[in-house]
Amino acid sequence: MTTDISPAAPSAAPPPESEAEDGKQQTLLQEILSGSWLVSLLAIVLALLLGGVLIAVSNAEVVAAAENFFAAPGEFFSTLFSTIGNAYSALFRGAVFDWDARTAERAIRPLTESMVSGTPLILTGLGIALAFRCGLFNIGGQGQVILGATIAGFLGYALPLPPVVHMLVAVLGGIIGGAIWAGIAGVLKARTGANEVIVTIMLNSIAGYALGYLLKQNWFTHTTSANPQSRVIDDSSQMFLLLPAPFRLHFGFIIAILATIFVWWLLDRSTIGFEFKAVGANPHAARTAGISVSKVTIIVMIVAGALAGLGGAAQVLGTEYKLTGGISGSIGFDAITVALLGRSKPLGTFLAGLLFGAFKAGGYLMQSQTGTPIDIVLVVQSVIVLLIAAPPLVRSIFRLPTPVLKRKED
Amino acid sequence: MIAASALVLSACGSGGGGDSADDYLACMVSDSGGWDDQSFNQSGKQGMENAVKNLGIEEKDAESQGDSDFKPNVDNMVQAGCNLTFGVGFLLEDTIQEAAEANSDLNFALIDSTFSDADGKPVTIDNAKPVVFNTAEAAYLAGYVAAASSESGKVGTFGGIQIPSVTIFMDGFADGVKKFNEDNKKDVKLLGWNKEKQDGSFSGDFENQGQGQELTKQLISQGADVIMPVAGPVGLGAAAAAKDAGDVKLVWVDSDGYESTEYGDIILTSVVKEIANAVEDTIKEGTEDNFTNEPYIGTLENEGVGLAPFHDFEDEVPEDVKKKVEDLKKQIIDGSLTVESESTPK
Repeated sequence: MTTDISPAAPSAAPPPESEAEDGKQQTLLQEILSGSWLVSLLAIVLALLLGGVLIAVSNAEVVAAAENFFAAPGEFFSTLFSTIGNAYSALFRGAVFDWDARTAERAIRPLTESMVSGTPLILTGLGIALAFRCGLFNIGGQGQVILGATIAGFLGYALPLPPVVHMLVAVLGGIIGGAIWAGIAGVLKARTGANEVIVTIMLNSIAGYALGYLLKQNWFTHTTSANPQSRVIDDSSQMFLLLPAPFRLHFGFIIAILATIFVWWLLDRSTIGFEFKAVGANPHAARTAGISVSKVTIIVMIVAGALAGLGGAAQVLGTEYKLTGGISGSIGFDAITVALLGRSKPLGTFLAGLLFGAFKAGGYLMQSQTGTPIDIVLVVQSVIVLLIAAPPLVRSIFRLPTPVLKRKED
Repeated sequence: MIAASALVLSACGSGGGGDSADDYLACMVSDSGGWDDQSFNQSGKQGMENAVKNLGIEEKDAESQGDSDFKPNVDNMVQAGCNLTFGVGFLLEDTIQEAAEANSDLNFALIDSTFSDADGKPVTIDNAKPVVFNTAEAAYLAGYVAAASSESGKVGTFGGIQIPSVTIFMDGFADGVKKFNEDNKKDVKLLGWNKEKQDGSFSGDFENQGQGQELTKQLISQGADVIMPVAGPVGLGAAAAAKDAGDVKLVWVDSDGYESTEYGDIILTSVVKEIANAVEDTIKEGTEDNFTNEPYIGTLENEGVGLAPFHDFEDEVPEDVKKKVEDLKKQIIDGSLTVESESTPK
């Protein structure tokens, strides 16, 4: 441990009382981080309730029943509850356990699908969370995922290597790709003070268009197909499946677990992690204590980018098997939500990633079986973030006591 | 709407092929454009709805928000026992191919793309039908009319993304302009696409209307007075720019823009791609147990593609041009004239 820091500083948490000399960014971040687990849970409940309302109003049968409300109020309520119930039960069956499935394998598959969808979210979310803890807003998850996926995918079909080695090389390529991309923002922030929010957002666009360009070059895609997509990666570079088909759960989930443990170790057990948090809590104090803020900024961004790059690698090597313009989906942005919901803690991010993976996996079934618009899931997710970002709102809705002394985290 | 959702709710999970249309389940998975893209997803969905109405089948549909949604969405359709599952767009090629190979008892179809192996060589799959359109034929006619209607001697085009289903329009358009020049000893120039080099202007996606507006302004400032945007909803940006400029006409694509957009008064004609009919026909084949993996190729001959009426410009397009276009159409249909494009579906 660096001993330059005053021993009075709490070891595991940024001191909440440091009334943000460093401007609004810091205050906002600490506000968000000091929300409690209960608030997160209640936010999810509230969002699901609101989602229920939307499911009801977007359903023609419910609307028709509502028009006859005064004639047959009972029918309205039964239609209302059966519609919402059907939608959410399909969401649950698609995400956890499908009791309507035709085979036992299919019945338990949904939970593994949630893990599959959650894997890139967890990895990228960890990258965002790590930067949050150091007081950096890494909005560039999207670009870092794209870079990670692009390099991992390219190595996955361009190199002739034996199994396992090939996959590890491709994964490493993904890590380096993401690290470089975020590192650019880190260096610019450390050397010139360029705002990392703006730089990372710009780098998102650059990464997206660069991938679009590469997918038109035959030397890159290794295929003669005129469509902008790459060759399918070699079997040897695919992340091996943890369970036989039809399961899609792959090695990437193990990587996500390991990465979660790594980030926990980094933040809570390592010297450098202590410096990260010290800078996040109060950069001026950290500088006074002899910590190089610029060095920490660069390292944090590189590690954050490496994690996001890993998320991109897991996506292309684990589930998609080829590069397309839309390879990153909205992972980079969903991961910000995941990190916020997880209160930027490693375990919290892991669980939040799983939850969002479950929303995604369940959303597929909810849409195809009940015709509920997939956008409802998006609204539920967004409302969760909104409420997480405004804990006082949730507290007042549920009349929770305002915490007088902000409690020590964990 | 009520009927549709009732059908969805009551749709059963039994697998296998149904005998009558009543228990025939047709399903469709969109690409990330969604059902309201004013382009092929929307037309495809329209075809499904028509089939529900006219053939009495049941349907399920799923909208994808990103590329990673394709596999789970198609898998859910397979699990639901869909007799026929459509994928919309080339991005679903691998997913549909995989699902078709794994489920030989179910049928599949892919809109706007053919199937190919890892090296990009075409392949056929026993239970999957590619549904593609030789839009070059209709675009050829549009190019001829556009060149004939241009007063400045310059016409323009741009695409959304450089993919075969887009550039095939531009190839046909280029050849139509060329044909007009040969027939009339004129020198109408085409801006925005070079067929020989397969290179031209693209807005970069199918969403950003502002980009379409910019590209169109550039084409107009270079003198083009008839413009064909091949970029789905991005074309609306082009229409706004054309309207601002006055005196500039548009050639719409996919649907008849006179009816589907609010810019009817500047739309000279449209290169129509009858996706909805193709979808309905394919479903009909399925319900009659006649499904084959034979590609459906929309042509002028089978009316899978066509040139929309001139509507407001009916009086402005000279009779001899109209007659010539009819002649060209006949020649293309009887095979004496072939419109060639690198992107022609085979």
